[in-house]
Amino acid sequence: MENQEKKDVLLKMEGICKSFPGVKALDNVSLTVRAGTVHALMGENGAGKSTLMKCLFGVYSKDSGHIYLEGKEINFKTSKEALENGVAMVHQELNQALKRNVMDNMWLGRFPKISKWCPLTSESKMYAATKAVFDELEVQVDPKTVMSRMPVSQRQMVEIAKAVSFHSKVIVFDEPTSSLTEEEVEHLFRIINMLRDRGCGIIYISHKMEEILRISDDVTIMRDGQWVATRPAKELTMNEIIRLMVGRELTNRYPEKDNVVGEPLLEVKGLTAAYSALRDVSFVAKKGEVLGIAGLDGSGRTELLENIFGIATRKEGEIYLEGKRVMNRNARESLANRFAMLTEERRATGIFGIRDIQANTTISSLRRYKVGPFLSNKKLSEATEWGIRSMRTKTPSQRTQIRSLSGGNQQKVILARWLLTEPEVLLLDEPTRGIDVGAKYEIYQLILNLAKEGKTVLMVSSEMPELLGVCDRILVMSGGRLAGEVDARNTTQEEIMTLAAKYV
Amino acid sequence: MSDNKTAGKAQEFKALSSKDKMRKVSDLLLNNAMYIIIVLAVIYISIEEPAFRKLPSIINVISLTAAKLPIALGIAGCIVLTGTDISAGRVVGLTACISASLLTTVFKVFPEMTSAPPILVVFLMVLAVGAVVGFVNGFSVAKFKLHPFIVTLSTQLIVYGLILIYLKNGTNNGQTLSGLSDGYRALVTGTLFTIQGVAVPRYVLYAVILTVIMWIIWNKTTFGKNMFAVGSNEEAANVSGVNVSRTIIMVFMLAGVMYAITGFLDGARIASANANTGLNYECDAIAACVIGGVSFVGGIGRISGIVVGVLLLQIIFAGLNFLSVDANMLYVIKGLIILIACAIDMRKYLVRK
Repeated sequence: MENQEKKDVLLKMEGICKSFPGVKALDNVSLTVRAGTVHALMGENGAGKSTLMKCLFGVYSKDSGHIYLEGKEINFKTSKEALENGVAMVHQELNQALKRNVMDNMWLGRFPKISKWCPLTSESKMYAATKAVFDELEVQVDPKTVMSRMPVSQRQMVEIAKAVSFHSKVIVFDEPTSSLTEEEVEHLFRIINMLRDRGCGIIYISHKMEEILRISDDVTIMRDGQWVATRPAKELTMNEIIRLMVGRELTNRYPEKDNVVGEPLLEVKGLTAAYSALRDVSFVAKKGEVLGIAGLDGSGRTELLENIFGIATRKEGEIYLEGKRVMNRNARESLANRFAMLTEERRATGIFGIRDIQANTTISSLRRYKVGPFLSNKKLSEATEWGIRSMRTKTPSQRTQIRSLSGGNQQKVILARWLLTEPEVLLLDEPTRGIDVGAKYEIYQLILNLAKEGKTVLMVSSEMPELLGVCDRILVMSGGRLAGEVDARNTTQEEIMTLAAKYV
Repeated sequence: MSDNKTAGKAQEFKALSSKDKMRKVSDLLLNNAMYIIIVLAVIYISIEEPAFRKLPSIINVISLTAAKLPIALGIAGCIVLTGTDISAGRVVGLTACISASLLTTVFKVFPEMTSAPPILVVFLMVLAVGAVVGFVNGFSVAKFKLHPFIVTLSTQLIVYGLILIYLKNGTNNGQTLSGLSDGYRALVTGTLFTIQGVAVPRYVLYAVILTVIMWIIWNKTTFGKNMFAVGSNEEAANVSGVNVSRTIIMVFMLAGVMYAITGFLDGARIASANANTGLNYECDAIAACVIGGVSFVGGIGRISGIVVGVLLLQIIFAGLNFLSVDANMLYVIKGLIILIACAIDMRKYLVRK
């Protein structure tokens, strides 16, 4: 510690408490961010990281505690006020006006005027200012591009550029890499390092431990709304972080692979999409196999699953199940052919938020619960009960709205929905995205159990360790094409990355 | 079971701090503000005008509720899909005119006719007309991805035009259709039974039957469950294997059929039909649905709520009549009721921050 440079304290949060009816979300939490450092904030979902940040930005009003910025006590009422005082946040879920262009989004709420005497917004000033920030950050985006035409990663860069344009002293990154490719992550890290060298204080929230250990100087770990530990990143190991986060030793991050790969079940030949980059993908998946699909963002992983499941339009290609051709023209047909698909965007295309667990569990298999022409309440609740028990979903009752559950439990409900259709082939798109460590393990276990029952699982993931830990084989996509196939048992992340970059 | 629940809730409530208690209470009051206002209004009117709570008045309210219920049951499905249907009133008008022009003794629209066709034939005909309009609505919403508001705005105009053209047919020259056949009138407005000399009309029974049928469709069929799924998340419903287009089309067709039934009953109930029959019925129906908890958020609603909504609205209207409130003023009040009911409803689904 002695030789560590003593840097000024930039932001200090002390004894923050926040209660919601029935829950103590934050209990006496403190956080100190020094200038010119990256401070990682870690904890399982629901540990209180987001709530703490929301208290900082005035989205929630804290019940007690003090916040000091450069020694001065502050109490922001809105995130706008925070921004103007040099505290910015890059959100996990981007709140942007998608129909508007990049510079409109950058200067929203503070459009530059032509002059004091001419209070019209100045497009040229906006353009120049945006360009300047982008050049500084090495972001190659035309400020006049419409937001919705850009991939999520670039939209995120815009968000970061916006924070920089406010000359922020403290910048909070909330899960910034969840939709970035390796290359984009590198770019992001370069930017973060640049900001750090300028003397900014960075608060970095992430579930990805490799990243945390690489980028951060200090790590604060929270659990159940309480501060657990703050330590220099150098002194921490991944297992140590996990132990602090969950409060117990996780000996295995992945369950044992004890599934037996059998006969070929699914064969895909020359699959080409009509409206996306997916081109000429062929592969065979076997019974009892967990087949991973790796690749960079936009490499066609999601599109591959969507085309197999028939929710995206195919141009060419054939799909065979046990040697018999299946058409899978839409989700209904795929469902009848024993396919199931867990989509990437749980909230947008997975859950029925305001409906209860029962409705969410049974929607895909309703015809099974009929007695005569009518649905039987008994059968519906039996099926739901099975789903809750076999997935070990934590829910107060079947009648609970699904949106009140945590991400992991929502995912379990959707998995149960599909298992009730008795599928042979499961297409899982980022099954553990936004789920905490403990729940991830349970999802892995479920996936392997399915394989053990002889089902075929295709699993897309951006987290390579996860693919290596769970899958038997891994297909690597690149630029819409299949770049190669590796055996998960004897491959390396480097090999996969090389393949993923093949057609970029 | 429910006793345990309430006991548990009471205990939970006791555990809260006084600030939270105040909040809970004010939440409860606000969420039920519509009911509270209505109950207070009823009490006030009953005191001012004792005749309001006498049997004839009560039967009158029940009959009116029965008359307005089918259209509300139909429109509710459209609201569950986060849509709406403003063509409803005009479909009622068209089907009422068709029924009144055929089941009559004076055949002005079709001068060459000499006797009325069987009632069942006419009934099925108007159901088909309602279903066709519903199909056009549903098809446009499902396949052209148009907002139901704009679709039904168009069909509303189209149907109105058709009514006017229809009423010009034969020697009618756009006049009000009356002189309905006894059989038609008796079927609808005949006496179901009498209580203390006050007759309850038959259409009350029909409304009860329709309510039961709709309850079964909503709660006991795949179509019903699919409707709620599409209403709460169309994309997820599609991925889950729900035939979204078919569900939407069926909801609108079912709604069209319910409007047709309303029109068929209304022709006989009012004993005449003209171009303005059914005008603004959709407003009352939508208001009733919202009061009854069918939310524009989508995917939420119960048949019992709709029945209560229609009933409460009719009580208010009847009460205001008793107080001899100006008929023009009624529109102002109706508008306010919709606005307040929607605001209160939306409040329940807002995410607190």
